[in-house]
Amino acid sequence: MASDLMFEKPILELQKKIEDLRKFSKESGLDFSEEIATLELKVKTLADTIYSDLTDWQRTQIARHAGRPTTLDYIKGMCTDFLELHGDRAFADDLALVGGIAKLEDIPVTVLGHQKGHDTKENIARRFGMPLPEGYRKALRLMKQAEKFGRPVVCFIDTPGAYPGIESEERGMGEAIARNLIEMAALKTPIVCVVTGEGGSGGALALGVGDRVYMLENTIYGVISPEAGAALLWKDASQAQRAAESFKLGAPNVYEFGLVDGVIPEPRGGAHRDPQATIAAVKEQILVALRELMELPVDVLVEQRYQKYNKMGHYANG
Amino acid sequence: MLKDIFHKKKQRYATLTSQDVAERLGRTRPQAPQPDVSVPEGLMSKCKRCGEMTFTKELEKTLRTCPRCNYHYPLNARERIDVTLDEGTFIEYDAQMTTVDPLGFPDYVTKIEREQNKTGAREAVVTGEGLIYGFPVVIGVMDSTYFMGSMGSVVGEKITRAIEQAMAKNYPVLIFTASGGARMQEGIFSLMQMAKTSAALAKHSEQGGLYVAINTYPTTGGVTASFSMLGDLNLAEPGALIGFAGRRIIEQTIRQKLPDDFQTAEFLLKHGMLDMVVDRKELKATLATVLELHGGVRDGE
Repeated sequence: MASDLMFEKPILELQKKIEDLRKFSKESGLDFSEEIATLELKVKTLADTIYSDLTDWQRTQIARHAGRPTTLDYIKGMCTDFLELHGDRAFADDLALVGGIAKLEDIPVTVLGHQKGHDTKENIARRFGMPLPEGYRKALRLMKQAEKFGRPVVCFIDTPGAYPGIESEERGMGEAIARNLIEMAALKTPIVCVVTGEGGSGGALALGVGDRVYMLENTIYGVISPEAGAALLWKDASQAQRAAESFKLGAPNVYEFGLVDGVIPEPRGGAHRDPQATIAAVKEQILVALRELMELPVDVLVEQRYQKYNKMGHYANG
Repeated sequence: MLKDIFHKKKQRYATLTSQDVAERLGRTRPQAPQPDVSVPEGLMSKCKRCGEMTFTKELEKTLRTCPRCNYHYPLNARERIDVTLDEGTFIEYDAQMTTVDPLGFPDYVTKIEREQNKTGAREAVVTGEGLIYGFPVVIGVMDSTYFMGSMGSVVGEKITRAIEQAMAKNYPVLIFTASGGARMQEGIFSLMQMAKTSAALAKHSEQGGLYVAINTYPTTGGVTASFSMLGDLNLAEPGALIGFAGRRIIEQTIRQKLPDDFQTAEFLLKHGMLDMVVDRKELKATLATVLELHGGVRDGE
């Protein structure tokens, strides 16, 4: 399988051995059940070891797995009556960032997120989930619309980063991201964000200022991609693994830093092993958060959000 | 096949050499290398753009702009404060705040020490308050000579506190940006400073406070994607490099050479991202006008 991850190889090899043994047992009529049981136990122990303590680089690989649910999968899997809304009203509709209105159980919500494709063709059309400025401006338009109608906002974050191109600079990528940050910080309606894959730098944060920000267990959130970070710091993109570990960008680390509000467990091996279960877990966490946040008076909500971001950072007062 | 994605767009720029651009902008570059004039260290400064040698004393009069081609020499934080605020009016905030190493990042502590020794600065921003032709302001000045002006926790915290001071005192905020972007060595803590500073600006704005961002060479990455672009007025110095993504990353992505004026203050003005590009020699007066137009009251009046 092309989408197998390198670090899972020992498990997959053992599983194949068991499979072969079963087949041979069937064909030859010999009883290998004892050997098979031993091997199965070995697989379990090995999987427990590998999956219980994934490194940040391993999580990076899972976070980028092509089989993970995308934003539209989450929206369609957890909402009803989804209407996708398009365009920033100024320039274009960006396919790398989708959004709309829908019902989450009984709650009308505005849903937004970076959109990767499921295959190469779709990925090209959606720029691998890397938005242009008009994508962020569409997101902002929909958030202001949500504020007007008192709908909570739910953001799904999964991007390698904002798209680095000529048109991005011409149309003010910096301003587009910055505008989202300042507006989200003061938006008078609850915002819940979930990092569902790659949380790539400013391009991720532009959908990531929320009252509650969660990360799925095998996702990453960083100031730069491990590859670009390695190239920048050590002039060697092949040191991406070292960069991933140094940046400590896996969900459990980011949670430990106090920069996100929770980690949502994934099915063993990653979200791609059971997308439905993953979507259900994300939905449950969003609902718990929304029910709590919607009880708060809006000024308390916004002030709590301010205080939360105000505390982020480590320094000494000298 | 994949690489073809980024080829779809036709190149929209005529290819110009830097010489062409210089000529078009009326700044011809010297054809021959400058003769080596031996002068005592520090007595004269050489313009990075046109090569003109100017007495450093003379440069101080022009606020460190080249008398021949108007190249704006970069200023460190102290120099910027000197040319911006009325003499003797600056009161510094949080001067003692220092960097910690939240990730235990390889070599970070050593690098901080080296930067501090090299520049004599403590961090990449100096904040405080002072007067501009008598008008009180809270000011933040980034320093690209320290650690590329990168934004880590200290930069974010000092800027945030300065904005909060401005709210308490009802002062306008001026921030001179100069930054290579986020401080890599503080990882996601650096990223979150973008949200933190923007949140403070949201509050300041809601209170009706004036914020002027002055983009100077170079303003890039996370600073461009936060407070440098959030001014009620966004200003810049001539020729300042301002951009989100690095030039090399864009060139790698699109596999094209970028035009010479790409990501300059003039390019951003043309594309609607800046209100004004202001010559350093007129900047203080321009800021005073802006302050006055926003109801500024001179100290002591």
